[in-house]
Amino acid sequence: MSDTAVEALSLNAITKRFGELTANDAVSLSVNVGEVVALLGENGAGKTTLMNILFGQYTADSGTVRVFGDTLPPGNSRAALDAGVGMVHQHFTLADNLTVQENITLGVQSLLNPSLGHAAAKARIAALSEKFHLAVAPDARVGTLSVGERQRVEILKALYRDVRILILDEPTAVLTPQETDNLFATLRLAIAEGLSIIFISHKLHEVMAIADRVVVLRHGKMAGAANTKDTDQNALAAMMMGSEASPPEVSPAKPGPPLLALRDVTTPDVGSVPGLKSVSLALKAGQIVGLAGVSGNGQTAMADVVAGLLNPTDGDVEMGHETVKKWSPRIAVESGIARIPEDRHKTGTIADFDLVENAILERYKSPDFSKGGWLNWRKSRAFADGIIEKYDVRCPGSSTPIRLLSGGNMQKLILGRVLEAGPQIILANQPVRGLDIGAVHYVHSQLLAARDRGAAVLLISEDLDEVMALSDVIHVIADGRLSPEFKRGEMTPAQLGLWMAGQGFESDTAHAS
Amino acid sequence: MEIIEILFTASFWAAAIRIASPLIFATLGELICERAGVLNLGIEGIMVAGAFAGWMAVYSGTGLWTGVCVAMVVGMLFGLLHSTLTVPFGLSQHVVGLGVTLLATSSTYYAYRLALPEVTSPPKIEAFQPFEIPILSDIPLLGPALFSQTPLTYLAFVLVGVVSMVLYRTPLGLAVRAAGENPAAVAAQGLSVTAIRMGAVMVGSGLMAVGGAFLTMSAFDSFFFEMVNGRGWICIALVVFGSWRPGKALLGAVLFAAFDALQIRVQQTSLGTLIPYQIFLMMPYILSIFALILMSRRAEVPAALMVPFNKGER
Repeated sequence: MSDTAVEALSLNAITKRFGELTANDAVSLSVNVGEVVALLGENGAGKTTLMNILFGQYTADSGTVRVFGDTLPPGNSRAALDAGVGMVHQHFTLADNLTVQENITLGVQSLLNPSLGHAAAKARIAALSEKFHLAVAPDARVGTLSVGERQRVEILKALYRDVRILILDEPTAVLTPQETDNLFATLRLAIAEGLSIIFISHKLHEVMAIADRVVVLRHGKMAGAANTKDTDQNALAAMMMGSEASPPEVSPAKPGPPLLALRDVTTPDVGSVPGLKSVSLALKAGQIVGLAGVSGNGQTAMADVVAGLLNPTDGDVEMGHETVKKWSPRIAVESGIARIPEDRHKTGTIADFDLVENAILERYKSPDFSKGGWLNWRKSRAFADGIIEKYDVRCPGSSTPIRLLSGGNMQKLILGRVLEAGPQIILANQPVRGLDIGAVHYVHSQLLAARDRGAAVLLISEDLDEVMALSDVIHVIADGRLSPEFKRGEMTPAQLGLWMAGQGFESDTAHAS
Repeated sequence: MEIIEILFTASFWAAAIRIASPLIFATLGELICERAGVLNLGIEGIMVAGAFAGWMAVYSGTGLWTGVCVAMVVGMLFGLLHSTLTVPFGLSQHVVGLGVTLLATSSTYYAYRLALPEVTSPPKIEAFQPFEIPILSDIPLLGPALFSQTPLTYLAFVLVGVVSMVLYRTPLGLAVRAAGENPAAVAAQGLSVTAIRMGAVMVGSGLMAVGGAFLTMSAFDSFFFEMVNGRGWICIALVVFGSWRPGKALLGAVLFAAFDALQIRVQQTSLGTLIPYQIFLMMPYILSIFALILMSRRAEVPAALMVPFNKGER
């Protein structure tokens, strides 16, 4: 950032509209050689759109992109790649049935080339893996890789092309803290090689850790810019949110009678993912139960049992004090269980349905929305419009297909759909995954409010901080087994971490069952 | 057992290979389309058009190989129509495919009537003749079966290797396969999904038409209505049977053809006098259905088959 800095990239007054939504409004940005610029903003602020324009996947309505002084033709990914711009997409652009090497070398050579040059490519991938600490097996099928490994393949794909500017879109959203540290180490190696990096994120501490400069977007407009050494997280949060952000206050819980209980529930293992092993759990009115644990230790089975998707092979589900004979998603919904599913794209919404249809998806049979087998569109639309208004779902209107919404706004609609039904029991599975702080605080405050009006909440999260902040009672799940109940403040993160690693169960088997 | 005896005659295997040849061309064509992510149900009609175009060209005085090229070009034009509608416009591949089949079939019959308004029985051409490969054709059983075929049959078998090599050993093949697995990955690497898919559909359709031309220029020497007789639909099943791999698809085509050749011969045995011949006609299809059920459980469908790709949409 000295005066002699060489400009690698500049975006000048980019404007892009989707229908009535202005995703980018005259946004400008520049990056110098060897510099890391973070693009910070809430979900729906227009970060990804801006980067897709830079990478030629969208065509801007106005504005220009310049790379090392040359203007890029709009809407041409090839030109962007040739100019040395590489992008690691948030939703990876990898073909699962092809190998790592095939994904990396795709389109690098001329299509008229008679040979793939297999051996040379493999050697080059090995060299890059070594240099940037990106361990991958070149012959493995991408479909068999973990999320962290897939991201390494995405980064290698860019490095293989000798990119000079690397764009990373929310790269840490899918990583464990350990993997995030490794990613940062790789990025520092890349900077040392003279690459420039644009790092898109809404996690303030990561931005402070890796970036030289921060540009903040809000509602598609530039909200500010700062050098990280001259600013702090609070100031950035304020820029991003438009006001100071603070987590919701937690008042003491007043637990009531158990509404839903699992008694010695066992479910089958699915492949290498364990099922539940004789698990007992009570969800009480007016209480948030947090389920902490490393991903893939039986959380999905737990969520599926509570949601009615999975019937225990052994043990009982009790509603109130009665054992449920037949358990299905419909019975669960009709019994007042509301669900915030883990994957809002796959199981939470139907992408091409509009907001009205998605809002009534779980309860279209209820007399609120249908009569005699006919849907009442007027009431349904009013319901959806109510959610949009009350939960601040940013969208062009209720007849928009939900796939056009950002993740945060999608989650707000799901939250509204869940809470407006006045549920007795709320299953919140990873409710804030991939959301920015503003949305996180909002979802949390809504869950706390639901608790305070007497709902029982089961919070499943891989984020220990979230579980500890919100839960009145915490259980740890490890390898399908459930720890005893810990009260708020009873355990330190380190102690819970030991349970998450599976220790504690051995010394305390009687208590755990 | 007469059936066992049939299996050890060279004429049976020669017939099986001959029956398999048009299926191999068309199956390879369909396979290329589907590997790029486009289901081409125009196959049946394109085979009809190819059968007529190649035969008509030779009847009008061109050489046999020129006739094959004419068939190929006609097939590619129908492929252009199909892919224009299904790739950039993203229309339903089922509807467009069936539409192309209907259009190609009926316009071929119309062209036939226009070209030959007076004839009652279609004229014959001088078709491809069997070419005995020296030395190899002297091998007992195998020689007469495999190496006394027409040049078009040899071409079909060579093409299996060529298509296999291109798909798995070249950057072009990688791009085609990736377009059928995840077009977003192709676009992210700066390639045009539209161009790759349209190109694949056109080349594939060209091969389908050559498969049709085999019928009029090698298996027979004349053009009849209904002569394609559902072979295109069989090829769609063969692609699934072959798990979208050229080698396995070849195996499937030969297997189906062997059943077909067998049933004709079994009809003439003592069994044939006991059982109605329609049962024998059904046999290859029933066995194919069973084989398909067994094989397709493990089949790896191209992940983006029948998924249109629109750049810049979210």
